[in-house]
Amino acid sequence: MTRRQKKTLARIAAAALLTLVAALLPLEGVWKALAFAVPYLLVGWDVLWGAIRKILQGQVFDEEFLMSLATIGAFAVGEYPEAAAVMLFYQIGEWFQSVAVGRSRRSIAALMDIRPDMARVLRGGEEIELDPEEVAVGEILLVRPGERIPLDGVIVEGGGSVDTAALTGESLPADKREGDTVISGCISLTGLLKIRTESAYAESTVARILELVENSAEKKARVENFITRFARWYTPLVVASALLLALLPPLLGQGAWSDWLRRALIFLVVSCPCALVVSVPLSFFGGIGGASRDGVLIKGANYLEMLDRVDTLVFDKTGTLTQGRFAVDAIHPQAVSAEELLDIAAAAESYSSHPVAESVVLAHEGDIDRGRIGEVEELAGLGVRAVVDGRTFYVGSGRLMDRVGADWHECHLPGTVIHIAEDRAYMGHIVISDQLKPDAAGAIRRLKELGVKRTVMLTGDGEKVAQAVAEQLGVDEVHAGLLPAQKVEEVERLLAEGCRVAFVGDGINDAPVLSRADVGIAMGALGSDAAIESADIVLMDDKPSRLPLAIRIARRTMRVVRENIAFSLAVKFGILLLSALGLTNMWWAVFGDVGVLILATLNAMRCMVRIKE
Amino acid sequence: MKKTFKLEDLDCANCAAKMEAAIKKLDGVQDATVSFMTQKLTIEAEDTRFDEVVKAAVKCIARVEPDCRVILK
Repeated sequence: MTRRQKKTLARIAAAALLTLVAALLPLEGVWKALAFAVPYLLVGWDVLWGAIRKILQGQVFDEEFLMSLATIGAFAVGEYPEAAAVMLFYQIGEWFQSVAVGRSRRSIAALMDIRPDMARVLRGGEEIELDPEEVAVGEILLVRPGERIPLDGVIVEGGGSVDTAALTGESLPADKREGDTVISGCISLTGLLKIRTESAYAESTVARILELVENSAEKKARVENFITRFARWYTPLVVASALLLALLPPLLGQGAWSDWLRRALIFLVVSCPCALVVSVPLSFFGGIGGASRDGVLIKGANYLEMLDRVDTLVFDKTGTLTQGRFAVDAIHPQAVSAEELLDIAAAAESYSSHPVAESVVLAHEGDIDRGRIGEVEELAGLGVRAVVDGRTFYVGSGRLMDRVGADWHECHLPGTVIHIAEDRAYMGHIVISDQLKPDAAGAIRRLKELGVKRTVMLTGDGEKVAQAVAEQLGVDEVHAGLLPAQKVEEVERLLAEGCRVAFVGDGINDAPVLSRADVGIAMGALGSDAAIESADIVLMDDKPSRLPLAIRIARRTMRVVRENIAFSLAVKFGILLLSALGLTNMWWAVFGDVGVLILATLNAMRCMVRIKE
Repeated sequence: MKKTFKLEDLDCANCAAKMEAAIKKLDGVQDATVSFMTQKLTIEAEDTRFDEVVKAAVKCIARVEPDCRVILK
C-alpha cells in the first residue's frame, strides 16, 4: 500500500468507528444529525471539496459531485446514518479499487522483471560495470552464475545451463556452449559466460519485449470502447431520471416530496459506472500480463478479444508444426540389418555437408572410422559413389539406382528417400523427413476440444509429404505446393467465407500472411526480430502447445469481462427499477455501487491466475 | 511524434477515461491514451506543436484530478 492508501484506510477506520458510536448514542433531532456529520465529514471532506471544484468547472456529472449531492440529500430527508454510510462505503470502494489495481500492476511488473540492471564488460583487460544501454556491439560481457544476461550475444568462452523461464515460461533450463547464441533476459545458472554482444540494448530481445508489453494497453478492445461510450451516456441518463423522479410524481400529486426525493437519491448513488470502468480494463490487463508469464505476448486487448472468437486456425507447416530439421524417419533394409545399412550410408555420406547427408550421419550413433572410407565420388544431383571397407556402394536417388542398374523400388512413406546399392545389388533405403514437433498432434487435438472448427495447413512442400503430415496431426485441410503469395490468397479465401482466422507461422517469411489474418501468431520468436514485429500475438518458444493455452487465456478473460458486464448492469438496473417503485432503501444503493464494484474487481483479478495444463 | 509519460497518483479509472476524452479533443492531438492500468499517458501529436500540446494535456489532467502528476522527462 502507498502512504496515501494507508492514510485513507486510517480515515475510513476512524469514521467507521465514529459512525458506530453515533448509531449507539441515544440522540434525536439535530444532535443525531451532528453526531453522524462528524464521521461523514471526516471520511468525505475531500469528496465534498472535489465536488465544489467540479461545479466551478461546470462538470455536473462527476461522481464526486453526485455522491455529495446524494448524501447531502439524505441528510436533508433525515436519513443521517444512511448518509454517513454511503460516504463511508464510497470511500471503501475507491480505496479497494486503488489497492487492487496497484497490486495487479505490481505483480504484472514483477512478472516482467526481466530488465537487466547492469552489464559487466571487459574493457582493456578490466571488468567494469555499465548500464546495459552503454554497451556497444561487439564488446565482451562477463556473466556470472545467477546473473541476468544483459544483451543478446554469442558465447565466446564458457558454458552452462541458462534459465529462459522469464521469457518463455519454459521451466527446463537450456544448455549453452561456446558458439551458441544467448538471449538477453535469460539467467545464467551454472557457468561463467563470456559473451560477445550482437546488438545494442535498444534492439535487444529484452528491450523489445518490454516495449511490446508496455504498449499493449494502448490497443483497446472493442468492449472497452463500448464501456467508455456506455459510461458517457449512463450517468447523465440516470441523473436525469433521478431529477424526473424527484419532481414529476409530487407535482402530479402522487405522494409526498420526501418519499420521491429518497427514491431519487438512490438513483444518484448507483449512477457511477465505476464497476465496469475499472473491471473491464483490469481483466484485460490481467489476462495479457498473466499470458506473458507463459511466454505468450499479446500486443493489445483487441487481439485477446479476437483470439477468443477465432474459429479457424491456419498453420504454416515447416517450422510451425514441424521442426524444420531433417532426421531419419525409417530404415528399410533388404538382405542386411538396419544397423548395417545405416552404417554404410553414414560412412558414404560422412564427407558431405548436405542437410540430408548430415541427418544420416547424425542418426548413426557412434564414430565413423574414416580409415574405412576409400575413394568417394560425388555424382551431382544423384548421390555418391563411395568405397567403404574395400567394397563399392552407390548411395543416392532412384535415378542413381536406375543408372547403376539396381533393382530398386519406391517407398510407401513420404519424405526424401536415399537408396543404397552395392554395385548392382539393391540393399534398401533410408527415409528422411522433416520431424513433427512432439506436441503438435496434441495441440491440434486440444484446439478441437476447445471448439476450433477448422484447422488448415499451408505449405510450399509437395502434396504427398503435406498429406502425410496432416494425417498424422489430424489437421482438417491441406493446401500444398503454395508460394508465399498464394498463402495470402488462401487466408483471404477463408476470410471471405466468413471464418475468423488466426494464422500461425514462424514469422520469418510469412509477414504478409500474419498481417492479413484476423490474428497473426508468430512462434519461436525468441531471437527473431521479424516475428516480434509482424505478429499480433507472439509465442516466445516454438511449442504449438502454447496455442490452446493462449486461446484458453483469451476465452477466460472474455468470460470474466462478460460476467462483469452482465452482473453489474443487472444489479444496477434492477436496483433502479425497484427504487423507482419505492421498494428499496439507501443500503440497496450502497450495494449497487460499492458492492458491485468490489465483486467485479475481485472477479477481474482472476484473469491473472495461471491456467493449469 | 509519439511520446509516453508516466502518471503518478492516478487513482480512479473513470477519471482516466475522462482525461483521455479531454486530451483527445485538444487541438493538434492525433491520438491519446491514458492507461489507468499502466499509469501512463501516451500522446501522438504534430511535431511542431508537441510541447504546446503536452502543456495543454497536463492542464486537462489537473482539471480532472488535481492530485495526479505527469512526470515530464
